[in-house]
Amino acid sequence: MRQALAYRSQIILALGLALLCSGCGALTSPDLDPKGPITLAERQLLFDGLTIMMIVIVPVFIMAALFCWRYRGTNRNARYTPNLAYYWPIEILVWGVPAAIIIWLGFHLVPGTHRLDPYNPIDTGVAPLEVQAVAQDWKWLFIYPEQNIAVVNELVFPAGTPLAIKITSDTVMNSFVIPALGGQIYAMAGMQTRLHLLANEPAEMWGRNVQYSGTGFADQQFRAIATTKDDFDAWVAKVKSAADTLDAGAYETLAKPSQKVPVTYYSDVEPDLFDRIIAKWRHGDITDPAPAIPAAATAE
Amino acid sequence: MDFFGRLTIDSLPFYSLIAASGAGVTVLGALSVMAVITYFGAWRLVVFGWVTSLDHKKIGIMYIMVALVMLMRGFIDAAMMRSQQAIAFNSDGYLPPGHFDQIFSSHGTIMIFFMAMPFLSGLINLIMPQQLGSRDVAFPFMNSISLWFTTAGAGLVLISLVIGKFSTAGWTGYPPYSGSEYTPGVGVDYWLWAVLISGIGSTMTGINFLVTIIKCRAPGMTLLRLPLFTWTVLVTSVLMIFAFPALTVACVMLALDRTAGFHFFTNAMGGNMMNYINLFWLWGHPEVYILILPAFGVFSEVVAVFSQKRLFGYISLVLATCAIGLLSFTVWLHHFFTMGSSANVNSFFGIMTTIIAVPTGVKVFDWLLTMYRGRIIFKPPMLYTIGFLVTFCIGGLSGVLLAMPPVDYLMHNTTFLIAHFHNMIIPGVLFGYLAGYMFWFPKAFGFKLNEKWGAWSFWCWIIGFYLAFMPLYVLGLLGMPRRMEHYEIAAWQPHLIVAAIGAFIILLGIVCLIVQLVVSIRDRQQALDLTGDPWNGRSLEWLTSSPPAPYNFALVPQVQSIDAFWDMKQRGVAYERPDRYVDITLPKNTFLSAVIGGAGFVFGFAMVWWIWWLALLCLATIFVAIVIRASQNDTDMVIPAAEVKAIEDARFAQLAKAPKNEMADDPGFAGQPLPEGAA
Repeated sequence: MRQALAYRSQIILALGLALLCSGCGALTSPDLDPKGPITLAERQLLFDGLTIMMIVIVPVFIMAALFCWRYRGTNRNARYTPNLAYYWPIEILVWGVPAAIIIWLGFHLVPGTHRLDPYNPIDTGVAPLEVQAVAQDWKWLFIYPEQNIAVVNELVFPAGTPLAIKITSDTVMNSFVIPALGGQIYAMAGMQTRLHLLANEPAEMWGRNVQYSGTGFADQQFRAIATTKDDFDAWVAKVKSAADTLDAGAYETLAKPSQKVPVTYYSDVEPDLFDRIIAKWRHGDITDPAPAIPAAATAE
Repeated sequence: MDFFGRLTIDSLPFYSLIAASGAGVTVLGALSVMAVITYFGAWRLVVFGWVTSLDHKKIGIMYIMVALVMLMRGFIDAAMMRSQQAIAFNSDGYLPPGHFDQIFSSHGTIMIFFMAMPFLSGLINLIMPQQLGSRDVAFPFMNSISLWFTTAGAGLVLISLVIGKFSTAGWTGYPPYSGSEYTPGVGVDYWLWAVLISGIGSTMTGINFLVTIIKCRAPGMTLLRLPLFTWTVLVTSVLMIFAFPALTVACVMLALDRTAGFHFFTNAMGGNMMNYINLFWLWGHPEVYILILPAFGVFSEVVAVFSQKRLFGYISLVLATCAIGLLSFTVWLHHFFTMGSSANVNSFFGIMTTIIAVPTGVKVFDWLLTMYRGRIIFKPPMLYTIGFLVTFCIGGLSGVLLAMPPVDYLMHNTTFLIAHFHNMIIPGVLFGYLAGYMFWFPKAFGFKLNEKWGAWSFWCWIIGFYLAFMPLYVLGLLGMPRRMEHYEIAAWQPHLIVAAIGAFIILLGIVCLIVQLVVSIRDRQQALDLTGDPWNGRSLEWLTSSPPAPYNFALVPQVQSIDAFWDMKQRGVAYERPDRYVDITLPKNTFLSAVIGGAGFVFGFAMVWWIWWLALLCLATIFVAIVIRASQNDTDMVIPAAEVKAIEDARFAQLAKAPKNEMADDPGFAGQPLPEGAA
């Protein structure tokens, strides 16, 4: 019963928000229209929290309105107890109810945080597609190590296949996000962070840096395209046929600050480029102390 | 090396019309203030009556003047951002990125460091010693240095408009972006030195307030009889003392990175930006409670006075304040859940963050229960309080949501976060300070502020707030990141237009505040506060005259209960005259604190522009000034008993003419304080 009520209130809430958004054009909200299970779960946690907090919020609204009206100074019919300053059952209530809600939330928060840890691989029975993302001023470079290709400002992957992204920065701190698929994680030079995402069905989404990084920040975005398996293979073949290759020299040029860089395909990538980008900031030391990261392949 | 470091004629802002007009307004503003002072022939009064004064009330008023000026400046920044974003769909708007980012950086820096901090220091300076039944703060000279250091920082932010540029790194100044490799100019240095110098002032302020509360209470004023405002000041002071050093250390390290080629936070050479982020928020989270706790204190005073009822749950409110203070040091990591910490670490900080909602919820309910069975009078301070109670809950709600790490992964760095913290800081902090400003203005100046314009300002602020920030929650759900100079997603624009309209209505609120001040000064004769107790108050600051005599209390009051002044009125001893007066010792005026502050300002400027000889000269000046002060023997003056008697005779003559109770005319007035149980 209570679940049904909570569910209903969430629907009403989502509808209300949707109305707010759709009233003004296309419904392009990545969070209200998720394309993958991670955003869906994170959003669900938000709605759960919102619902349970109503236990406190609604009484506050009602009490504020009621007391302001009932106990307005000119209303001489209302009871007036100028020395009422303590009543123990109320003390228990005002400490107890918020505490109970927070405890309830805690039981959602801890498992939710573990379940939705961005470092967790997503298990769908399909081998994940590995992608290495590099934040540059002001663009994103995606390296596909298995396919030995690289792309600027476009991330293409098959729907239904988990996406295992390793992230670093070759400049200031960035934050990588594709809101329709899941939450963000920082990209930092000399370090590697991870994100695991999954798209349920083919879709075109946007992703970007959301941590302010300078002049070109507003345009530091990319298209994230979930395709069918066949389309993905066709896309890889297309990239493979590109004229440009990403060797050390080409990378140096690419890494220089530039804005609104068009989608660029590289049919071949310098070996271990991603590890070298990290190592560059660590005195050339490729081994990363973080345990979650597999030992890097080769040292220089 | 150049004599003027890296300062050249090119540093003047003639490269852009908008930058040049900003500089023009700043210079004109400063010149017109000087012109007004000259016109009224008031330089002598300004210098000898105010700048050199160590009187805590005057220092408090000067703090609040700094805060109000900086509120205007910070609001102009906000209005520019809102208007830029309202038009910047598929267009560049009118602000280039290199200007837009200076504006969001200075907006945050100003509002936190140079609006909120001076406002709270000012209110506390003005009221807290009087609530204690004290004649001054514990360290009046240090108090004055704190004021001038804060002003020096504010001055550095203002002068960055005229000479050079301000930081583009946001108010948090995250490295490595804020490092010299990525932002080599003077902007980040302006930010750094402004924050550093005012931060040292704030540390000293915290020490001063804490020692005052511990050591300077009137006889009988036990800790559990302190008015709630003073309790919140006590906790805030402790937070200041423990939190600000973290900021100072982080800023010094960043300054070393930038000026001396160190590598604390750089990408390469073993630097690590994550250390800065930890240090910054180790200060940054307690800081938001430093800001909001005194506002909670104001609400506690206001809600009791205007409900004409004792504060409900005093002990609960004290405990909740202490709990918030303690917990505020255990949650800093929630500002960077997305930095790759393990699930266990994120869970811990998420739980700690949600726990803060418990004492905060307790406070909200206790305030509501204070209104319960009261006789509420809707004066402007009470309007702000009610507006706060309702609106703040929404901010608390979004805060609890953001405290859940998985939600934060999605919402971090979006406008949802912007909406959340403005939802805490505008209704929570600013409404509290504005309520305090209108509540205690008669105490400071001896006449009441116009209530009609006060109410108008409230309605503009609250309606403007909802219009400006509710769309930002929705925009967060639409995925809009913060700090976007332009964008390509059409669905965002309508919300941004509504938000810009909201900002315009807030502007009307600010205009109402200015009109209120002007009208109130014009009509002050009709709104004089003759008794010193304009609202039928409960705590000791209402025992003094309005404005109070330099010594506050001719005779230090004896405290017997919570709501000490109310209790004195009940017992009929509030206005008893002593048999005889005694000499009162107060600190003398001195130039030295202003000299130290001025040297601090020039020092900051010199460090920004690498004018090393000037920086050394300023440090030497500060050192010499401190040595001189430390060697002085006659830093005090004595007000002889005869003069005290003359002042007090005038006060009682005025009291005799005044109405018995200035609130008695109000239709909601519930009556004089009566002996316990008589109601």
